[in-house]
Amino acid sequence: MLVEEIMKTQIITLSPTASIAEALQLLQKHRIRHIPIVNETFNIVGIVSDRDVRDASPSIFYRDADKSELENDIQSIMSSPVVTIHPLDFVEEIARIFYDEEFAALPVVKENILVGMVTEKDMLDTLIQLTGTNVQGSHIEVKVPHQPGILPEVTSIIGGRKANIISVLVYPCTDDPRFKILVFRIQTMNPMPVIHDLRNAGFELMWPNNISEPKL
Amino acid sequence: MTGKAAFIYSDALLNYHFHPDHPFDQKRVILTKELVEAANQLHPNEIVEPRMATENELALFHDRAYIEALKKASKGHLSENEGLEFGLGTEDTPMFLGMHEASAYLVGGSLTAVDTVLEGDFYHAVNVGGGLHHGFNRRASGFCIYNDGAVAIKYIRKKYDLKVLYVDTDAHHGDGVQWAFYDDPNVCTFSIHETGRYLFPGTGNVNERGIKEGHGYAFNLPIDAFTENESFLQGYETAFKEIAAFFKPDVIITQNGADAHCFDPLTHLCATMDIYERIPALAHELAHQYCNGKWIALGGGGYDIWRVVPRAWAQVWNVMKTGKPAKGNIPVTWLKKWQEKSPVTLPAKWQDHSDIVPTIPRKADITEKNGKLLQNLLKYTNPIK
Repeated sequence: MLVEEIMKTQIITLSPTASIAEALQLLQKHRIRHIPIVNETFNIVGIVSDRDVRDASPSIFYRDADKSELENDIQSIMSSPVVTIHPLDFVEEIARIFYDEEFAALPVVKENILVGMVTEKDMLDTLIQLTGTNVQGSHIEVKVPHQPGILPEVTSIIGGRKANIISVLVYPCTDDPRFKILVFRIQTMNPMPVIHDLRNAGFELMWPNNISEPKL
Repeated sequence: MTGKAAFIYSDALLNYHFHPDHPFDQKRVILTKELVEAANQLHPNEIVEPRMATENELALFHDRAYIEALKKASKGHLSENEGLEFGLGTEDTPMFLGMHEASAYLVGGSLTAVDTVLEGDFYHAVNVGGGLHHGFNRRASGFCIYNDGAVAIKYIRKKYDLKVLYVDTDAHHGDGVQWAFYDDPNVCTFSIHETGRYLFPGTGNVNERGIKEGHGYAFNLPIDAFTENESFLQGYETAFKEIAAFFKPDVIITQNGADAHCFDPLTHLCATMDIYERIPALAHELAHQYCNGKWIALGGGGYDIWRVVPRAWAQVWNVMKTGKPAKGNIPVTWLKKWQEKSPVTLPAKWQDHSDIVPTIPRKADITEKNGKLLQNLLKYTNPIK
């Protein structure tokens, strides 16, 4: 999946000379946590987070605090240079950036122009879509040897019952590197024929379908 | 008031039949009726014949285009592609001749149950043929074509303007009914079901609480796979009582799916007949406490049609009629008639022996997790404690 498919294109921005107070107001009004700072040609020159703005604000414990600091330019507190991504980057590649750099938002830049934003929340939404849990279905996990040809073998058993596969995930088996765990969501209320066929073909099913006794 | 309880029945309820290998088998309805008759608990003056729901009644919840598609499918005139748009012709809900009429009868049965109770002829009524809670407004799903529960509640709201508490004990989440009233503060839905992590339809998380005006009027208790009687009942009883006290319904509708039993082939819950005694008893008690007895019970899922469903649904009737579940032996006449047709040994008693439940190694963890869910569920109904 590409970044351009998940990025938000309605972006709230500020110019470098906008005040910190303006940033504070925008963060609250739009319930966002990051504002990219752009120049007049929409090139990205910096980024501020709600934490940067909070750090620059007087403490709420001092009622009569001097709030004139909030009139300073946003460029005085923005982070620069900015790590950016491209619309044609893969979602899984940028997940790596989120994880390694501990960022919560990434601006999307094309030909030096800001065209979108991707946040951690967008990443989590993508994860939900990938797992297929947003669609009605039954969940089956199969432990398989880590060898070529296994996935089509399992999916052909599912296909043999005309069960529609909503999502497939492949996890490493943490206990034993010779195996993998295939996670399927199939669009049926009656997964039993598929489960029986998988068992009969010698595949080991994982919780809660690894205990067949009470259901016999 | 002519009687305590009405049993909605006619042979038309048996026509809802996909194909011989399909797990949804309405033979359950006749097995239940004959079981209560054999036990001398059902008399002809307690049987009320269902009518077929009209198209206008179906359209209280369902899209006209969907009804039209079903009428075509019913005659074998709907193409495979047209069907798929409406969830018809899948493995779960294959098309069959006469499907519109058969489904409209199930809905009509539930509407008949509503009228017999709300027009004052009976305190309670049961339509074990109904409870098809997965049906959506323009899509069939999870063995369900028309959603009789949703249509019946729309009908109550329109005709009688009463506050409805819908309680769903099927092992699968009651999604169709929940989404139908998700923004409606006059209809409160409560579903206890196996967690959607593994089981169809996948929804029914505790944080699904309704939207807009209806926020706070949807309740879900998604209990863990392999939950047993004690933990099931502890959560169910506490939640149902708290929700009833919070919502103060005018009428209670229960969906009595009987697939949380350890024999059920489609789910992973591990209950016995104990829960199917307590579930109707509690509904009965709370209906009298809040609704002057107005309680309508529907059927639902249940895929061990021989050993589990007839006893579970018969207990709903027994409680409606006598105030308590039956004990002791299952009538011999019923056993004799049906044993030869059953592929499994029919149970000789109303109660199960506790040894039918396998040992669940993680029982303590499951119980603890269900307890946490219950606290979460009741976060807003019961803030002071």
